[in-house]
Amino acid sequence: MTAQNFTQNSSSALAPGFDTPVVDSQSCFRAIMNAMARPGQTQRFTRAPLDVPAPLTPLAAAIALTLFDYDTPIWLDPDLMESSDALGYLRFHTGAPVTSDAAKATFALLTSPRHLPDLSTFAQGSAEYPDTSTTLILAGQNFSAGPSVSLTGPGIRSAQGFRTDPVSGGFWQQMQFNNTSFPCGVDVVFASDDEIAALPRSTKITIAES
Amino acid sequence: MTSSVRTVEAAPDQSTESQYNFAYLDEQTKRMIRRAILKGIAIPGYQVPFASREMPMPYGWGTGGVQVTAAILGQEDTLKVIDQGSDDTTNAVSIRSFFEKTAGVKTTTATADASIIQTRHRIPEASLREDQIIVFQVPIPEPLRFLEPRETETRTMHALKEYGLMHVKLYEDIARNGRIATTYAYPVEVNDRYVMDPSPTPKFDNPKIDEMAALQLYGAGREKRIYAIPPFTKVKSLDFDDHPFEVQKFERPCGLCGAANVYLDEVILDDKGGRMFVCSDTDYCEERREAGHLGDMAADPAAVSLTTSTAGQDAS
Repeated sequence: MTAQNFTQNSSSALAPGFDTPVVDSQSCFRAIMNAMARPGQTQRFTRAPLDVPAPLTPLAAAIALTLFDYDTPIWLDPDLMESSDALGYLRFHTGAPVTSDAAKATFALLTSPRHLPDLSTFAQGSAEYPDTSTTLILAGQNFSAGPSVSLTGPGIRSAQGFRTDPVSGGFWQQMQFNNTSFPCGVDVVFASDDEIAALPRSTKITIAES
Repeated sequence: MTSSVRTVEAAPDQSTESQYNFAYLDEQTKRMIRRAILKGIAIPGYQVPFASREMPMPYGWGTGGVQVTAAILGQEDTLKVIDQGSDDTTNAVSIRSFFEKTAGVKTTTATADASIIQTRHRIPEASLREDQIIVFQVPIPEPLRFLEPRETETRTMHALKEYGLMHVKLYEDIARNGRIATTYAYPVEVNDRYVMDPSPTPKFDNPKIDEMAALQLYGAGREKRIYAIPPFTKVKSLDFDDHPFEVQKFERPCGLCGAANVYLDEVILDDKGGRMFVCSDTDYCEERREAGHLGDMAADPAAVSLTTSTAGQDAS
């Protein structure tokens, strides 16, 4: 099946995926893994950026192509759901089923993280299987804006400062609560233009007083 | 064990095995393993189930570690593989050549030069750095398995953080032997939550996994579990206030390099009771001898044959 066949009825040709899928997805995964292992430290993704339909961002799409496939139901925020090009891109390149039930999603991809739903609406995992929770991917982040938080926990030597924007209003309070339900809870991956950061559920978050 | 050639350069276009995908596994399998690794890192010490594949080597030969390594390995990586601390025993040599063939990556025996170290039951003596990853081959990932054979029960025990049975087991050790007699696969508590089996490493290595700078990934192929310890994570070896955890002590330093405070292997020299104790970490021992450290048996004819007979084996 070629891209042309697939998009015959679509308004624009389907954008290509990774140039070298094996190398690019490995490189992207290592950045995600290092980010998850070192909460709050940004990891650079150095491969050529993807040319993707809006509102997808190149790095968010790279993360999607690295982690999503037919085994992983994905939840997309309303902005993404409205873009048939973005939807078609994800469907074609990952084959992941799109679900409207956030509590059944393995991954949630958000390009308008200012309108992030409450974290408790996503799958939290169970006490027996805490790994059956949703991993959120927030696109379009800027790691030099937003309120500063201080992180401690596994992966952090003493304390790690972190800031990112945009996120929803009550996001940091929800993340603090998320940590208290460890080992259940969601993990969050943040993607800027070329950098990835992550906050696993194991990270304790202190909001700086302002 | 000569020191001159430690590193085998990358051979990305090695023609013989090029019909395989990079690092043998197909991309969907890698994605599935990668997702399990991310969950393992997010929940330190929790055993994440994964769809372990059959590998071109039997279970028990490190299929779990091989799958984890294949999923994380990239072209720029330098791989070191050890088996009981040694770079030149069968398991280490065959896994190293497996990745030389299927991934064409650079391999090394020098701990400091490696970006990924796959290990069967030892942790190198040299401290690992933040930019290194250590992958453990795990036979039985469930620390409670020999106390409770049912998976449904052990899963509930982990969910409820019900680890009394493990303490009873260690207590019975003390009641029978006067001390905790568990010497390998010594249970640890990770980040104050999950009790975990650090694979059958000697308990001598347990202090190294506490607050280790490198990321630790554990793969159990037959049992289909992956778990992880992120860098700088608190890992406590289980013990009692009146019987605190302690590691093995050796009476003498390494016979070849004179290193003290390292884990030693016994080597039988003849059939008249001759024996010597040498570093289990062969790379560490070599480096020390190169630096001029000599143990009290280094000049012994038997020891000389020990250090020269394996020269060139890495080239296979």
